[in-house]
Amino acid sequence: MQKVIRSIIVLLFIFVLLVFYNSLNRETNYSTDYLVGNKLTKINLKSFNDNKIYTSEDLKNNDYTLINFWASWCAPCRVEHPFLMRLSKEKKLKILGVNFKDKKINALKFLNNLGNPYNDLAKDTTGKQSVNFGIYGIPESILINNETIVLKKFVGPLNEQDLDDIKKIINSL
Amino acid sequence: MKLKFFLIVFFLNLSINLNSSELVEESKIHKNLRCLVCQGQSIADSNSEFALTLKMVVKDLIDQGKTDDEIYSFLSDKYGDWILYKPKLSPGNFLLWGLPYLVLIIGGVIIVFLIRKSSKKA
Repeated sequence: MQKVIRSIIVLLFIFVLLVFYNSLNRETNYSTDYLVGNKLTKINLKSFNDNKIYTSEDLKNNDYTLINFWASWCAPCRVEHPFLMRLSKEKKLKILGVNFKDKKINALKFLNNLGNPYNDLAKDTTGKQSVNFGIYGIPESILINNETIVLKKFVGPLNEQDLDDIKKIINSL
Repeated sequence: MKLKFFLIVFFLNLSINLNSSELVEESKIHKNLRCLVCQGQSIADSNSEFALTLKMVVKDLIDQGKTDDEIYSFLSDKYGDWILYKPKLSPGNFLLWGLPYLVLIIGGVIIVFLIRKSSKKA
């Protein structure tokens, strides 16, 4: 019996060490990569300019849609803006901008100064709609296909590498 | 007159109790939701933009009559189990839930064995 107890204690010790080792080597930054492959449902975004509501049906008309969450008060959004302007030239891609917790006058000023890359513009004044998209900060962008399935998610400002990835995906077929 | 006074006090008390139980429920849910942009804080402890938004969403869901489980399930669909401080039992975390009980049983067996051994010696 004593041998059994010793073995159990040794096994428990090894198990605890393995758990620590595994935890120390794990990626600790939160990521929403697991959303890739999920279908976006219950989309209900108010238009920035009028009373129109954007639903998933509207997005099904596009081959690919990049949903970009931005605000005029967000400094990294200014950094990614030139990349969005370049993406706006892609024929297979529509960009839906979601103006996040922003003042309309400031958002319009932002677009007038830096250019408007968005095919459609929606607003989320309270931030509540963004929870449906798994957004936890801005800028964030979600690339979806015409079945509203998430193909890629970008947390933080888009960069040259992201631009290439998006182009590769939308031109793959 | 007395009856009227009694009824007013009764309904006032009832409404206060109902409101406070809703608040308790809401704060219980907040405490189980991780603030993803904070360091080790629940949304109950944080005033970040993300925490404030999530509190509004939780309030809306409660107003819609959703249960705790439905709210947790909705949010873990959007943000993963990481958002829950107390995730549901799943194949990925059964060890997390089962290990304390296993250790308790093994510990109990060891203690019983040691007690028996020492009583035999005595």
